[in-house]
Amino acid sequence: MISFSVLPELALSGKGTAADLPADWYELTGYIKITPDNVVKIINPNPEFGQNVMTSLPMIIAEELDVDWQKVVVEMGPHDAVKLGPQFTGGSNSVRMYWKPLREAGAAARHMLMQAAADTWKVPIEELTAKAGIIVHSKSMKSGTYGEFASKAASLPIPKGIKLKDVKSFTIVRNSKKNVEVEKILTGKPLFGIDYSVEGMLIAMIEHPPAFGMKLKSFDATKALGMPGVKDVFTVKLYEEGFEQGGFDTRTFNDLLVVVGKTTWEVMNARKKLVTEWEPAGEIKDTVGGRNGKREVIVPGELETSAAQMEKMQEYAKKPAQQLRKDGDPEAAFKNAAQIIERTYNAPFLAHNCMEPINFFAHVTDEKALVAGPLQAPGWSEPTLAKLLNLPASKIEIQMTRMGGGFGRRAYGHYLYEAALISKKAKAPIKLIYTREDDMTYGIYRPMYTATYRAALDANKNLIGFSVKGGGIPEHAIHANRFPAGAVDNYLAEAWQIPSNITIGAFRAPRSNFNAAAEQSFLDELAEAMGKDPIEFRLELLQRAKDKPVGKNNEYDADRYAGVLKLVRDKSGWGKAENKKYYRGVAAYFCHNSYAAHVVDMVIRNGKPYVERVYSAMDCGIVINPDSASNMVEGAVVDGIGNSFYGKLSHKEGRAEQNNFNRYRMIRHSEAPKKIEVHFVQNEIDPTGLGEPPFPPVFGAVANALYKATNKRHYNQPFLDPLTQQPTPDNKKKTF
Amino acid sequence: MIHHSHQLKIMINLNINNKNYELDVDPDTPLLWVLRDTIGLVGTKYGCGVAQCGACVVHLNGEAVRSCVTRASRAVGQKVVTIEGLSENNDHPLQQAWAELDVPQCGYCQSGQIMSAAVLLREKKNPTDQDINMAMEGNICRCGTYLRIQNAIKRAAEIQRKGSK
Repeated sequence: MISFSVLPELALSGKGTAADLPADWYELTGYIKITPDNVVKIINPNPEFGQNVMTSLPMIIAEELDVDWQKVVVEMGPHDAVKLGPQFTGGSNSVRMYWKPLREAGAAARHMLMQAAADTWKVPIEELTAKAGIIVHSKSMKSGTYGEFASKAASLPIPKGIKLKDVKSFTIVRNSKKNVEVEKILTGKPLFGIDYSVEGMLIAMIEHPPAFGMKLKSFDATKALGMPGVKDVFTVKLYEEGFEQGGFDTRTFNDLLVVVGKTTWEVMNARKKLVTEWEPAGEIKDTVGGRNGKREVIVPGELETSAAQMEKMQEYAKKPAQQLRKDGDPEAAFKNAAQIIERTYNAPFLAHNCMEPINFFAHVTDEKALVAGPLQAPGWSEPTLAKLLNLPASKIEIQMTRMGGGFGRRAYGHYLYEAALISKKAKAPIKLIYTREDDMTYGIYRPMYTATYRAALDANKNLIGFSVKGGGIPEHAIHANRFPAGAVDNYLAEAWQIPSNITIGAFRAPRSNFNAAAEQSFLDELAEAMGKDPIEFRLELLQRAKDKPVGKNNEYDADRYAGVLKLVRDKSGWGKAENKKYYRGVAAYFCHNSYAAHVVDMVIRNGKPYVERVYSAMDCGIVINPDSASNMVEGAVVDGIGNSFYGKLSHKEGRAEQNNFNRYRMIRHSEAPKKIEVHFVQNEIDPTGLGEPPFPPVFGAVANALYKATNKRHYNQPFLDPLTQQPTPDNKKKTF
Repeated sequence: MIHHSHQLKIMINLNINNKNYELDVDPDTPLLWVLRDTIGLVGTKYGCGVAQCGACVVHLNGEAVRSCVTRASRAVGQKVVTIEGLSENNDHPLQQAWAELDVPQCGYCQSGQIMSAAVLLREKKNPTDQDINMAMEGNICRCGTYLRIQNAIKRAAEIQRKGSK
């Protein structure tokens, strides 16, 4: 397997690069190119941030095209919505949205090649077979490679409606294939945005206000300009007043103080010599467009402190809220209840902390723009970039590099605009780099959440009512139509939110990453109060939701939900004596069209909890690349343990209190489970998401195991004290 | 000893991956940025700048150092090895094992992980879980590939013991 990078100027040496490849490529659909000597190049349309679409999406094409996978080279495509589709990494959508179009593209190209062979041999196409890149006409004993017919096939129209293969006959998809870029990763080849470089490129950094709610008042760059390597210091306004931002544009700070210089280290040093004065920004009015039409957003001016914000959330929680869903008569159910269980769950802001800090390359001139870097959704950013640069979209080239993590952070194009505006002003190719401190302290965070769950039990301990009221800063997390909605006669979901100037956005399984922790923890406590096994209790509810669903719009499929619970129950040996030495916790969740369940086995060593083993069950339909899919689930498990144990970003008067990994505790090697067993439900349902679904229920399973280990319910994230690494002394108290 | 200040640049000589470089850089510059910005060896990654994440680990005379806090001056007269120079044919047992177990997700931290593991594997032919934790604790992986990394280290030890390629 050879493959090469998106960066042509960087790919001219070494093994398996552009230089080795033939020049005559015949294009069959936007995704496939074939040379006369039968080298097949497949263009991966979707940005790669570690979910391995560079491998899995080309596998789908290769399957229907029917080629020898070993002869395939994979190339990352540029932004080109016409040829390459939606090009968006997020919402666990990559495989789901490309499944059908890529199968069709592969099948169409295969048909074109067969048609070219049929025309050449003057035989009916129906008499031909094509397999592993070779076309055969058995009657006449003729055969030829795809390469021999590539040039002829390329001139044929792209057919529609070609019959797709039977899933059962797949030989590439559903078989594990190695990451096509693994060798480059292991040898340090330039793959990432931060590695991007062109002749004459300068480095740019932004000096931002020390706190949310502040802005630049004045600066003196005299000393900074005298520093070695420094080219310029200037300010840039990101969005002019009244500028209509796209739905995913966002921004942390609008007035940017920029240092441009020769090398990263020189720019870092020059930043230290800037003399700056900051002032309260006050209330800001943003104009935001997007799906829901144009609206004005008031960004408050307060310098926020997390502890005070936490108290404010508890006050808001008592106020009337927006009703999202109501089934039956929950008021009466709670009034008539023999027992009411009420619990409140809280969680802090989380920083994405992608290992590759935010960066982007831009070269903007009066006529055109080239931008390149780590970006999850180029199509969302392009319209705004065009408006900001006053260039037609046709004059803008966006290249996507491999991303050193994304997790939602790189769906927001503001840093690309920042880079472009800086390049325009500097009149030079520049690479904007955020330091780790920049990355952590002016992020687009996971919001701060709270939710209060209530359950009404009758005298026989039957669940007769269920309610959830949730809020957040500045967004709530409630999914009103998710389980256990549909399984309880009397149900109420309500929500509220508090505006904030702290910028937030998607973070791996947005909202679900909190809900699953809270709800799955609550269901565990409920099962205990009812004297039921936590898995059996959930299965009973799911059976109810299947047999006699309550209400409308229940988002989940009760059978598939129950399926992952049963699978994890069986694979983990749930309830078996040999597992008694572990503190076990279970949780399951549905999000992004897929189902996940985990059983975590915890131990306590020197007062500190460790997750030793994890059993995971997933239902995401057809699994494209099984080993790679397992890797992603394993990663979600580790990520979930880390964030539930330690994840926390807090603010004091608008200033982030954690600015690097010495203060923001990340899970480390010794804390990873020694065994993670991943099982997939085997079915032939079209693939759904996998990047996000396994993540949220980890929080719940960890919380439930921690209860077993400490005899105490943990309601507040993070569950452990980031400094002592012990369970927080009284997790019921507000801890941040 | 090199005398230096921000205003004064002195040519310094570095040996990186068995190649000599004469460089016009401030000797205070962290080795990380000399590698990445001056020489163009970008396999060594910037992750935190304060020796907390391990993405920038290189070998200085065979020892793992965090190049983000190692001044270039400290590398003068020493042998620096980066991920690009770990093996001649990309076939270090760790690289083989990493590929075999298909370890990376995003891949950004992996060169640092491998460089840390390489010192461990040289010192311990059959590393235990505890040895691995000790040697690798300083390397963060946000994608959560720790378990595969640990299994790959054990696999590499096996490859090394067998002397196979």
